Amino acid sequence: MRGRLKVYLGYAAGVGKTYQMLADAHELVKKGVDVVIGYLEPHGRKDTIAEAQGLELIPRCKVEYRGSVFEEMDTEAILKRRPHVCVVDELPHTNVPGSGHVKRWENILELLEAGIDVMTTMNIQHLESLNDQVWNMTAVRVRETVPDWVMKQADEVVMVDLTPRALLNRLERGVVYPQEKAQRALQNFFKESTLVALREIAMRQTAHEVEIRQVTLPEATLETPAAPEISSAEISAPGPLNDRLLLYVTEHPSTAMLIRRGRRVADYLQADCLAVFVYSEVDFNSLPKAKREAVERHLTFARNLHVETRVLQGLDIANTLIDFARLHSVTQIFMVRPQYSPWEGFLGRNLIHRIVRQARDMQVTIVAERRGDTRD
Amino acid sequence: MPIDFDRRPDPELLLKRIDAQDELLQDERLKVFLGYASGVGKSFRMLDEGRRRRARGQDVVVGAIQAKLPPELARLVQALEVIPLKKIDGGEAMDVEAILRRHPRVCLVDGVAYNNPPGSKNPQRWQDVEEILAAGIVVITSLNLQHIEERREDVEKITGKHVTETVPERFLYAADEIVIVDVPPELLLERAGQPAAADPSANTPRQLSALREIALLLAAEVVDKQLEGYLQAHGIELLWGTQERILVCLTPVANAPAMIASGGRNAERFHGELFAVYVRNDRLSEKDETLLQERLESARLVGAETEVLDGDDQVEILMEYARSHRITQIFVGHPRRDHWWDRFLGGPLDRLIRAAEGIDVRVFPP
Repeated sequence: MRGRLKVYLGYAAGVGKTYQMLADAHELVKKGVDVVIGYLEPHGRKDTIAEAQGLELIPRCKVEYRGSVFEEMDTEAILKRRPHVCVVDELPHTNVPGSGHVKRWENILELLEAGIDVMTTMNIQHLESLNDQVWNMTAVRVRETVPDWVMKQADEVVMVDLTPRALLNRLERGVVYPQEKAQRALQNFFKESTLVALREIAMRQTAHEVEIRQVTLPEATLETPAAPEISSAEISAPGPLNDRLLLYVTEHPSTAMLIRRGRRVADYLQADCLAVFVYSEVDFNSLPKAKREAVERHLTFARNLHVETRVLQGLDIANTLIDFARLHSVTQIFMVRPQYSPWEGFLGRNLIHRIVRQARDMQVTIVAERRGDTRD
Repeated sequence: MPIDFDRRPDPELLLKRIDAQDELLQDERLKVFLGYASGVGKSFRMLDEGRRRRARGQDVVVGAIQAKLPPELARLVQALEVIPLKKIDGGEAMDVEAILRRHPRVCLVDGVAYNNPPGSKNPQRWQDVEEILAAGIVVITSLNLQHIEERREDVEKITGKHVTETVPERFLYAADEIVIVDVPPELLLERAGQPAAADPSANTPRQLSALREIALLLAAEVVDKQLEGYLQAHGIELLWGTQERILVCLTPVANAPAMIASGGRNAERFHGELFAVYVRNDRLSEKDETLLQERLESARLVGAETEVLDGDDQVEILMEYARSHRITQIFVGHPRRDHWWDRFLGGPLDRLIRAAEGIDVRVFPP
């Protein structure tokens, strides 16, 4: 049987995710459950190190890369040891090249496949679909991201909460990071307004995770009388209210943003979602190299987020796209905002504006461009 | 996370920051640990905070705590000074006078939703708390979702249990700090030491999960208000919101019922907010105006906040409203006519799309 995944979700470093996870691990050990630590990143924090005492630790493996030695989780050793539960810190971590999987979450999926339960930690800013929003708030492009579908694999998501003031206090006292690093951290992620915003987003995300898992839980046995059949049919049947989103992929750099946004909206609306690229050239390979590569990158990105992709050929791009959308009962087309040059007077001739004009029988969403925060 | 090494903070600036934060800490008055059910560990978190503050040299007392405590809580209480409850007509209430006389820096108050016995000065304990706060004492307390007056109906629908002791939601909004104590329902049931089936009055995992969702969203709303206050106080404009705020722009031709229905559904799925407006100007006929008023009414029925905006330049006015309300999505309809010149020069819709920087624009079929 597949292992169970539990994610401790926080909104910043230092809120106490790892500490909480270790405390829960101790509780399990007390009950006689076989728990090991597969990977721990205590960041030199005293409380966390103390909390790890008494738990079995699987030694890390050493990986050599470009003349330096790095340490990574030893997935093989854990699989051989076969514990009931494995504690693995920092779900979004990227492994050193040459150590098997690219991402730690891939190692974790492997452990789950082998029937091992995994407890892990993550901060909200590492969720792929929030990447642009976080960039907008912090001016930091988070590189280590976890696709939303990986988060969905979790059987349980728990929010570890602490007030931003208490967190800033810890930071000032040097509990979270050594002093000089703390002063630098204060500059971007640890501004109070940013922390408050990230915290709210983490709460909303946790509520969403709780909500989508509710349907799998056993129904109330006593108070709720059996629901009339009509209402249950209304919920389960994919009626006319269900959306299907089409994400219009181009070589435009904001396409990644479009895909993240589309994926997130689709998840919340429980809608289907597909990404489509259209070209008017004779064949795909005759596209200019830079454009072709950008499009391929975007399509791969969409597939990584579990968005189905299609490539279409047609002389008139707008018509081809809209015909395809009609044929596949698309309810919403998502597009990036057109690039406006200051001298551009002929708005109506722009492809995006043309699509809006022509696709009058469906909803068309022009996705905002989120830019990195530029305030002080 | 990449750290900008070049922007080393000015030490003086940093000192000022720390001072400002100390000031903030002085200002902090009420802190609430919010949980979605009993047994999540609210009281533990409250007492543990008292212990840590005491260890840091703060003067902490326990103003109210239940008599029967599990051993881990009893241990924490033992290490703290307790001001005993006052007996009134066979009932018990927090001894506000004794607390005010003792005047500690921090007072821990459990069971803030309790009703005081008849004959007490205040009918409810949360009112006692307000008195203590007014005297400049920091209060740390714990609160169970089911005791929040405005949420009682929702909670009762889920649990089927009626609760008589409540605290108004504004008590929560008045708190300087709120902490959500989140625990998976499974663990809660385990801690209770009985599988859900054994005790027919116990909540099922699904019920607990529904309560948990409400508590998390409530906490998010409280935090959002704090964020708004913070941003206003510091004159910061947050371009991209922390929650979805949908603005439905109504016109006499726009397919209003579909837009309103979709707006309502989207706001609900995202647990966001919904707004609906129309722009009034000279070109609007009386008949159109009546129609638009009716549409605003139907938007209110699905929970929208509505407003009539005045002005000549629709695009400009809508954008101004959108920015001041931190809107993340604008819903608009296609215009009535498409003039041949609009196809080349762009009509109002094209102009809106161009102006709506940082906001999604969703165009609805006519």
